[in-house]
Amino acid sequence: MPDCRYSRTTVLVYLLPFALLIGSLFVGRYQTPVSAVVDESMKAFSSLFFGTPASVSTHHTVLFNIRLPRILAALMVGAALSTAGASFQGIFRNPLVSSYILGVGAGAGFGACLAILLWNNYLFIQLMAFAFGLLAMFMSISMGKASKGTGTLVFVLSGMIVGSVFTALTSLVKYVADPYDELPAIVFWLMGSLAAVRYGDLLYIVLPMSIGALVLFLLRWRINILSLGDEEAKALGINVEKMRLIIIFCATLMTSAAVSISGVIGWVGLVVPHISRMIVGPNYSRLLPMSMVLGASFMLLVDDLSRTIAATEIPLGILTSLVGAPLFAYLLRRGRMGWN
Amino acid sequence: MELMLEVKSLAFSYGNGSVFENVSFSLKKGEVMCILGPNGAGKSTLIKCIAGILRPAAGSVRILGEDTTSLGARGIARLIGYVPQQNEVVFPFSVLDFVIMGRAPHLSMFSSPGAEDMEIARESLAVVGLSDLAERPVSSLSGGQSQMVLIARALVQKPSLLLLDEPTSHLDFGNQVLVLETVKRLASMGISIVMNTHMPDHAFLMESRAAALTGGRLVALGKVENVVTSKMMSSVYGVNVAVREIEDIKRKVCLPLGK
Repeated sequence: MPDCRYSRTTVLVYLLPFALLIGSLFVGRYQTPVSAVVDESMKAFSSLFFGTPASVSTHHTVLFNIRLPRILAALMVGAALSTAGASFQGIFRNPLVSSYILGVGAGAGFGACLAILLWNNYLFIQLMAFAFGLLAMFMSISMGKASKGTGTLVFVLSGMIVGSVFTALTSLVKYVADPYDELPAIVFWLMGSLAAVRYGDLLYIVLPMSIGALVLFLLRWRINILSLGDEEAKALGINVEKMRLIIIFCATLMTSAAVSISGVIGWVGLVVPHISRMIVGPNYSRLLPMSMVLGASFMLLVDDLSRTIAATEIPLGILTSLVGAPLFAYLLRRGRMGWN
Repeated sequence: MELMLEVKSLAFSYGNGSVFENVSFSLKKGEVMCILGPNGAGKSTLIKCIAGILRPAAGSVRILGEDTTSLGARGIARLIGYVPQQNEVVFPFSVLDFVIMGRAPHLSMFSSPGAEDMEIARESLAVVGLSDLAERPVSSLSGGQSQMVLIARALVQKPSLLLLDEPTSHLDFGNQVLVLETVKRLASMGISIVMNTHMPDHAFLMESRAAALTGGRLVALGKVENVVTSKMMSSVYGVNVAVREIEDIKRKVCLPLGK
């Protein structure tokens, strides 16, 4: 939008991910003093750009082979889930919709569980989660389009149908899985974690996430118009069916990519768009970028918590709910939700 | 004067049930047409067919000589502004953010409105007299203000034809007159108007052309004096209706009498 009156809060939120990125490098069981972080950063920088030999110290391994890829993954996953959630809320005209609305979470979860059962190979788990997330979306959409009803409600219902089928199939996989080996892996995957993320994993998700984010970012103003309802959007010259499919596809692409490396992480795609709406209002021109940045920060913060508050890692899905729910309740109490 | 709108043998049906058929009329630049008829006669459906929101079963709609089916949603929206009966916004956009959405048909798919569009939106708000409310959330507006904001959004489209679906239906006397006078002013600026109303008096107030839609057909079409007669209105609404000239205000009124 042309008016560039960004409030101080807005500017601070935009700077937050960068501050958190640096701060998160220090977070963890293994102590990394400031001097070591600065020193290793210089070395890593010069080896990256000037070809000097890479550092082989423990500090280097902890900071740049373990913590940094995980930090980047948290930022990307959070941004993707929040952007997708915000977009879905707009086109489905419902602030209670999250990024998993079209059965994407259940589909991706089933894909991953099946892969654990059949191959138990990390790459296959990611690929299957991604593929089944997309499959769930295509099933929801084709069911919605084939139905006699029109508009957004049929898509929401189709998503519920597809979601429940995949949830049942996931239960079936759990039921037949080896209870000492595969079952714990499945349960742990479904609770969400970024502990095992390496740079290679980021390569797989960076493309689908960037494409989805870029298209949604460019279309963000038009999500406003779709949120007015089909008839009004049509009267304003929007090709509603086409625009809705593009947005659903991009949001699902981002969600599936996120789920494929992190597991099913709830709440982020629901709560972050709400908090963003409270900060910048309902206009998607500002809301979408705000959700992106805030989602990245939220996810990173929660991931930092997950690797520090207990001796063992706490799964992310548990923490996003435990942190997100009270936060949401507090905001509800304060009112000014940015929707009717 | 050039023909703005030409509706020819238009028909619409939901499945097997025909809503209306063989509806034909035309409108010149700056002319106002009030469409009267009982509830459920298909007035809103007719307006939506003209706006290209619903696809007619037969017949054609031409605007400035061009068939709307060949224009596409975007092309139609550049020529026709549609003002819905009322809108249910889920997200409380500011009035300015809401009104500027009318620029959509003039912007390319991936672009957002710029300073020029903002200027047009502010001008339209000024036309309907709501400049002061630009930053207010649309959810906080009264019925009359909401209607005006919807009209402002349609004006931002820079339409040649404005379609209004019962713009006065939930409004008190004061706001009814305010809306009708605004519409009259837009007509005098050269915008053609088609307006649904369930108040035949409004056709007199607008000194417009009128049409009566009932039983799926246009049963009357012409100057308001020839359409809003006690005989025609009695048959359209199924109750006795009196149409009388009031001497001292020099205008006709239309009153329902009873069975």
